[in-house]
Parts: sequence; C-alpha cells; structure tokens
Amino acid sequence: MTGTPSADLRAADHPAAPMVAVRGLQKWFGTNHVLRDVDLTVATGEVVVVIGPSGSGKSTLCRCLNRLEVAGAGSIEIDGRPLPAEGRDLARLRADVGMVFQSFNLFGHRTVLENVTLGPTKVRKVPRAQARAEARVLLDRVGIADKADAYPAQLSGGQQQRAAIARALAMRPKVMLFDEPTSALDPEMVNEVLDVMVSLAADGMTMIVVTHEMGFARRAADRVVFMDDGRIVESAGPEEFFAAPRSERARDFLSKILQH
Amino acid sequence: MNPFSGYLTELGHGLVTTVELTVVTTIAALLLGVVVATLRICPVPLLRTVGLVYVEVLQNLPLLALLVLFVFALPQLGITFPLFTSAAIVIAAYEGAYFAEAIRAGINTVGVGQAEAARAIGLTFSQSLRYVILPQAFRAVIQPMGNISIALLMNTSLAAAVGVVELTQTANNVNLVEAQPLLIFTGAGLAYMLLALLIGLVTGRLERRLAIVR
Ligand SMILES: Nc1ncnc2c1ncn2[C@@H]1O[C@H](COP(=O)(O)OP(=O)(O)OP(=O)(O)O)[C@@H](O)[C@H]1O
Ligand SMILES: [Mg+2]
Repeated sequence: MTGTPSADLRAADHPAAPMVAVRGLQKWFGTNHVLRDVDLTVATGEVVVVIGPSGSGKSTLCRCLNRLEVAGAGSIEIDGRPLPAEGRDLARLRADVGMVFQSFNLFGHRTVLENVTLGPTKVRKVPRAQARAEARVLLDRVGIADKADAYPAQLSGGQQQRAAIARALAMRPKVMLFDEPTSALDPEMVNEVLDVMVSLAADGMTMIVVTHEMGFARRAADRVVFMDDGRIVESAGPEEFFAAPRSERARDFLSKILQH
Repeated sequence: MNPFSGYLTELGHGLVTTVELTVVTTIAALLLGVVVATLRICPVPLLRTVGLVYVEVLQNLPLLALLVLFVFALPQLGITFPLFTSAAIVIAAYEGAYFAEAIRAGINTVGVGQAEAARAIGLTFSQSLRYVILPQAFRAVIQPMGNISIALLMNTSLAAAVGVVELTQTANNVNLVEAQPLLIFTGAGLAYMLLALLIGLVTGRLERRLAIVR
C-alpha cells in the first residue's frame, strides 16, 4: 500500500472479474435466517458503504466475506477465486482480505509495531528488518509513528483503530472490510479514523465499509448498500441514495439516523 | 568417616533425584499440557473429545494407583522402563492434565476478538495459538501453573512407593538405620519447603516480568 495504488494493474489482470462477487448468500444462526439471498458485486477500487438497522445482517455479511462466519449457501468469490474451505488456502485468502473490527482487537501483548509486523513476517515471510521498515511507513501514514513502541492499552481508541488499520494494510490486502470502525470511539476521535479511510479510498483501495457515518459515505463511497432483515434492499450512489431513497424502509431508517 | 556426613551425602543424592524428577516432569507435563489444551479447543470435534477424555481420566484416578499400575502391571505385558523414567512418565501424564486445564482457563481469558484478528491477517490455527493466544493465555495463569508445579514437586514423593530413591525414600532409609524420625523428616520437609518457595519466587518474578501492559 505504499506509493502508487495498483488498482488499475490488478484490474488489467482480470478485466472482467470484480474484486468481490457474492451470489445467493444465505446464512442461518440456528433457525434465525440472518442473510437472505444476498447478491453483492464490488468492482476493483470501488468503495461500498453498507448501512441498515441493527440486526439486519451487516456484520454477518462482512464476516462471511473472509469466512469468520461460514455461509449456509451461495457463493463468494474474491478476485475471481471462490472462497476456500478451511486450511492453508483459507489462511492465504484471509491475508488478502484486510479486516478492521469495531473493537480494534489489537494483540495486547505486543507493541504497535509488533502488531503490524506479525502478519507480514509469519504469513508473507517478509524478512524482519524489511517488515519493520514497512510497518513504520504505514504507522507514519496513519499518523501514529511516535506510538510504534507503545502497547495497545497505552493508546487512545482512535490511535488503536489507526494501528489496527495499519496492521491490516501491512498484508497489502486486495480488499478491506470495515465493520463499524468508529462505533466504539469517542466522538472527537471519529474523524482521525475516517480521514485515514478516506485517504485509503482516494488511493484506490477496494473497500466494504459498514458504518453509520453518513459523512464518510458522502465523501468516499461510490455506492451505498442498504440492508434490512437480511436482504439488500437498495443499492445506489450516495447522492442519489441520500437525496431520494426508493424504499420505504430506507427512508424510515435515514430519517431516524439523520435526525441527530 | 563420620557417619552423619555419610547420611548427609545420601540425603543430598535423594534431594538431587527429587529436583531432577521435578524439573524433567514439569517440562514434560507443560508440553503435554499445551498439547492437550490445544486439543480441547481445536476445530476438530474428535480431537476435542480426545482431549476431554484424557483430562477426565487422568484427573479422576489417584496418582499412586497410576504409578503402581505402570510400574508393576506393565512389566506383565512385557513393557519395562527404568524406575526413574517410569515415575517421570506417570507423573508427567498426570500433572499434564492439570496443566492442560490451567492453560485452557488461560485461553478462555483471551477474547474471541484476538483469535478473529489473528485469523483475519492470515495466521493459521496453529500460528494463531503460538503467536497470539498462548502467549496471552500463559500470562493469565502463571500463578496457578506455579501452584501445579509445587503440587508436582510434592507428588514426586509418591515415586518412593514404587522404589525411586528420591528424598522421601532416602529419609526413610536413613531413619530405618538411625531411628531419628523427628530430625530426619523435619529436615526433608524443610528441603521440600525451600524448593516450593523457590518455585513460588520464580513464578512471582515471571508474573511481574511478563505482565501485559493494561
Ligand atoms: N454468533 C451469532 N450467533 C447467533 N446469532 C447471531 C450471531 N451473530 C449475529 N447473530 C444474529 O444475526 C442477526 C444479524 O446480526 P448482525 O450482527 O449481522 O447485524 P448487524 O446488522 O451487524 O447489526 P448491528 O448494527 O447491531 O451491528 C441478528 O439477529 C443477530 O442476533
Ligand atoms: Mg454489526
């Protein structure tokens, strides 16, 4: 992720294949039907914001994309390849799919720098010195270069989340998933994280972002996807979606979250 | 030569055997504990059952019975080990079950988010365990694992019952000749106490040195 975005190069590799292709995805938790026939295609370099009421299945969709949850039916392809089942192939795929969690999930016993270098050294087999150098570049990029040797617990929430983004970027992922990355943050720290995400989007990173930050959607999204009750109800450009949502549910939802 | 110093040498040998048995067995039991704890949380149901059965069986039999069974019954099947090795194997297998449970408790203190984040950057199950889960799990249970090591030290005295000449057995032997039980067994008891204190000291230091910054 340093320097020029290679989104265009990747697109040339697979001119026709989207980065993420989800077809007919179903997910049950016991008898609870959480994802109902979800189709979603995300082009290389595209930024898709997913919104919807609590319990509508946004997190589950995200987690199915790197198989933290196993879908009940349907197909998922990342960069033209079907999601592998368990094992090494799955681990390899996950290395290509960055994930940022609401609760950061930084490794508590490791410094920020070690958090960022763990994946590259153990998964990508990057030499230690190189991994550390690259990690410092990434930490500088997310604005916490001075925290490299601190432990996660010594950082503010916003700094932790930016460290978590650096950790994901260190794997040079093809696509990044964000599951409500700012929901656990104090309001004054939300923007420092969103700014990093906006700059990522501007660099051509393919992103799927579950968030209620409509400002981010307006600034960075190519498309807004509205989910309700396990279905994708609406999918449109942000201007169009916010100006004139087509479905009743989306109108209702927007009126609720835009009130405050 | 003064007979008392002769006994001291003998008791010294017994003490060394006890320390050797404790060290060897603790290391083996720890490794076994990691393996069994891993089985108990691994994604394969059959292996989880194996881990569970191991712990349940070993924790629900008296160590002395296991020792006697191993040392006196196995030779009937044509399997024999040196006495020290037999005792080490049985005590390690037994204490391994306790270490496994302590480690599993430690693993349970590590949030699921840690495992998910580890998997999300592409670490395999075993890499996640090694680099993310176990280092944090161990830190949470250093104290209980120290207590298990102390219990293990005390349990090495049961090896006397199957003929290993460790500290308790030596004290017994010396007492048979000297008939000075108060002196001899108090001395042996003090030696056990000192060793236990040493283990406590080491675990305390480890706990402070490895504390996760919170
Ligand atoms: N691990 C789980 N076990 C059982 N049910 C679950 C699990 N995770 C989610 N669910 C259920 O699946 C449904 C969708 O949950 P999900 O977390 O995907 O919603 P969401 O859109 O992300 O909501 P929120 O905005 O509150 O994060 C909910 O009904 C939830 O209770
Ligand atoms: Mg959610």
